[in-house]
Amino acid sequence: MTVADKTVSGTKVSITIDGQPVEVDQGQTILDGCRSAGVDTPTICYADNLTPVNVCRVCVVEVDGNRTLVPSCSRPAEEGMVVHTDSDRVRHSRKMVLEFLGSGVDLSQATEIGPWMDHYGADTARYGESPEGMNETVKIQDDLYIRDYDKCVLCYKCVEACGDDAQHTFAIAVAGRGFDARISTEFDVELPESACVYCGNCIGVCPTGALQFKSEFDMREAANWRPEEHTVTTTVCSYCGVGCNLELHVQDDTIVKVTSPADHSVTSGHLCVKGRFGWQYVQPPTRR
Amino acid sequence: MPDLSFTDDVASAGEKAVVDEVLAVAGTAVIFETDRLIRAGLARRNERRDLLLPALHALQKESGWISPGGLNYACDQLQVPPAEGYGVASFYELFRMEEPEHEGDVVHVCIDAACQVAGNEELAQRLEAEGNHVHRGPCLGQCERAPAVFIQGLRKPDSVPADADNPLAFHQQGDPSLRLLHRLGVVDPTSLGSYLENGGYKALAKAVEMGADAVIAAVRDSGLSGRGGAAFPTGIKWRGVADETGRPRHVVANCDESEPGTFKDRILMENDPFSVIESLIIAGLATGAERGWIYIRGEYPLATERLQNAIDQSRQSGYLGDDVIRSGKRFDIEIRRGAGAYICGEETALFNSLEGFRGEPRNKPPFPTTHGLFGEPTSINNPETLVNVLDIVVRGADVYRETGTERSPGTKLFCVSGHVANTGIYEVPFGTTLGELIDLAGGATGEIQAVLMGGAAGSFVGPDAMDLPLTLEATREAGTTLGSGVVMVFDTSVNMTEIVVRITEFFRGESCGQCVPCRVGVVRQHETVVELTQKGTLEPVKAQLIDDMAMAMADASICGLGHTAAGALQSALRLGLIGGSQ
Ligand SMILES: Cc1cc2nc3c(=O)[nH]c(=O)nc-3n(C[C@H](O)[C@H](O)[C@H](O)COP(=O)(O)O)c2cc1C
Ligand code: SF4
Ligand code: SF4
Ligand code: FES
Ligand code: FES
Repeated sequence: MTVADKTVSGTKVSITIDGQPVEVDQGQTILDGCRSAGVDTPTICYADNLTPVNVCRVCVVEVDGNRTLVPSCSRPAEEGMVVHTDSDRVRHSRKMVLEFLGSGVDLSQATEIGPWMDHYGADTARYGESPEGMNETVKIQDDLYIRDYDKCVLCYKCVEACGDDAQHTFAIAVAGRGFDARISTEFDVELPESACVYCGNCIGVCPTGALQFKSEFDMREAANWRPEEHTVTTTVCSYCGVGCNLELHVQDDTIVKVTSPADHSVTSGHLCVKGRFGWQYVQPPTRR
Repeated sequence: MPDLSFTDDVASAGEKAVVDEVLAVAGTAVIFETDRLIRAGLARRNERRDLLLPALHALQKESGWISPGGLNYACDQLQVPPAEGYGVASFYELFRMEEPEHEGDVVHVCIDAACQVAGNEELAQRLEAEGNHVHRGPCLGQCERAPAVFIQGLRKPDSVPADADNPLAFHQQGDPSLRLLHRLGVVDPTSLGSYLENGGYKALAKAVEMGADAVIAAVRDSGLSGRGGAAFPTGIKWRGVADETGRPRHVVANCDESEPGTFKDRILMENDPFSVIESLIIAGLATGAERGWIYIRGEYPLATERLQNAIDQSRQSGYLGDDVIRSGKRFDIEIRRGAGAYICGEETALFNSLEGFRGEPRNKPPFPTTHGLFGEPTSINNPETLVNVLDIVVRGADVYRETGTERSPGTKLFCVSGHVANTGIYEVPFGTTLGELIDLAGGATGEIQAVLMGGAAGSFVGPDAMDLPLTLEATREAGTTLGSGVVMVFDTSVNMTEIVVRITEFFRGESCGQCVPCRVGVVRQHETVVELTQKGTLEPVKAQLIDDMAMAMADASICGLGHTAAGALQSALRLGLIGGSQ
């Protein structure tokens, strides 16, 4: 099941964002309002094709009359709300969230988070010599995926994509508690032993590179991953009649990964193992 | 139904039998479709996922851990994906996910403040030397008889050694001004007959006569506010649920009591369990809920047994069931045990835990009055709050308000522990001063260095605070809190640094880990305090860091745990109890 459309079109709600009047559909969130007002807002755990879990808290805003800050990604706009997205409190909390993540997680491949750290002046160096980190080693358990939880920010996106929001396979979940919480299969069994069907939807939503195609991982290890050179070709998957759109990412005349657009009406960005990995036949291994 | 996929591990015959028993016995709860279950897809709509926690308890007791085979069996029976089942089981302190090397019971020894100053480590080492398997963990809710021990039995019931030989830690027997505790030490807590002889179930009869709206109006007019820590007006909460007509509704007694220093609910439940049941029935009839739930922490075996006995006897005599004392109303109560997680006392985490999910708090709004247990309208109250209603119904709101202050009407239970002569539970009118309360407890046994108010989520005050009136308004103004009624006294012999380090470690251990400000913030806060103790002084940049972290946790965390996690530390710094400036 994809995310239910929670908006009620026709009924409008008027709010104020940073002094600017904004109208959104009833049921839309503050984040939707920010976007239509052109206010750039950082998000980590939010995705258009997943149910908001509102756990990262980087999207918080100040709403008059609320004691604490509120997560813009999941809070529905209410008539007359007065929202501040750039107050001292908002900037402080966003900066701290980014600092906290940067102090314990390897964000080197989190391309969307890095610029926000600069923007809010996150200073991860002030946490002393050796703040505790994730202390994980890369899990390579098959030829298709790698999982490097040193890079995991626990955004829950992969869990949602594997479960309720897309795949309904429920191979992975959050286990443990507090700082020891990790994305895990039952008893941390290896992925091939788990319920995993290798749809790759978790990889498609991971914002930090913690989940990666083995092909990409190997190329990065060989210092041969050059995304700036990638060409992207859109096509339709030829396996069945559903009509999933595929985006083939090509480097050096070779397909290096397959994605699907998050706003595509059929896939909402999610694919199955055939569309995601069944492309080897177009390029026999000898060519690689 | 999509087939769930399981590993090859199979359950032992014993594990299968205990899980089957849980599923067979617990068959009374009504199953409603909920947003959450619908969101989880058709396959899980008819499940009894709320039996996952009881099933895990049964597995732990049978095998001393949650084995892969046992988990597979429970998950298969309940159609819970095993990865999710593992995620749930691994959330709780009382469930072990690795096969234990020892055979037999686990002896839990408390390492929180009241027990720290009562020689808990010596006790733990002695128990270890005697050959026990000791687990050092957070507050066990027995702070009045520190150092506290709880025994998690293998294939036999859990127990608390102190239950056998300790006298009731209550020193106000016979005081006619008591409103809540007048039956303590007088009534036989195991007997409905004795309860009736001592005025029991009079309030229920009167409530039925008054009708739901009049009961709610009386509760509102009494000014009763929640005693679980947040002090929300109870009448408003009840009205909100009652107004959700046409939907199944629930009332929940939040008996998770895990705030370090808190033990009042335990003493109340153990010694007057029928009063909790009676007031929960009144809450159900007033709000139109047909299902009542008691979520009690797993470390309270005696209170659980007494409440279950009170439920059974009350049901037999028609106080519970399809026609509550011939009122034409249906109401029944089910008990669920927590499994060692402070966070599950947070109301929405409690709902998730009871439903068989991880005890992670939900974002609010929506609030429990519209989206509570199973996504349905729910009134959740602390047992102390509930028991106040008996007095309000019987004597009326006006008489109730004669005690206490204008903004804090009534009486309050306090958990007095640490360096006082008579530790225990005390009922005093709001407005009693801190010094008067400590005097009532026989006075401090040494020179007072500090008092922890409200528990780990509260704050310290100094010896100059003895004139502080114990009211919601006065404590708020003084920058502290009544919280759950903790008053823990430390004399000048205590090394407060050790106490504060442990408080920060407590939050580190108890954060659910869901939201970034708290998951990481409580760890960095603990690391900073440990560094402070090593260096002996707090550098200005680190002091700034503590404040910066505190502000983000208070502003951007999802729930009250993160919001309050820095309070005790910051107050200790302000008072110079730590940080090298004492
Ligand atoms: C971390 C945390 C732990 C809590 N633990 C408890 C608890 O053990 N018992 C309780 O009654 N309320 C607890 N609360 C407060 C509940 O969320 C809720 O406010 C309360 O049960 C409502 O009942 P009341 O209105 O009668 O106080 C806790 C809150 C937080 C944030
Ligand atoms: S692995 Fe990636 S998608 Fe999953 S929780 Fe971690 S960061 Fe998020
Ligand atoms: S504040 Fe802490 S305990 Fe509360 S939801 Fe966030 S991580 Fe969990
Ligand atoms: S993006 Fe809103 S909480 Fe994560
Ligand atoms: S039982 Fe040890 S502090 Fe409460």
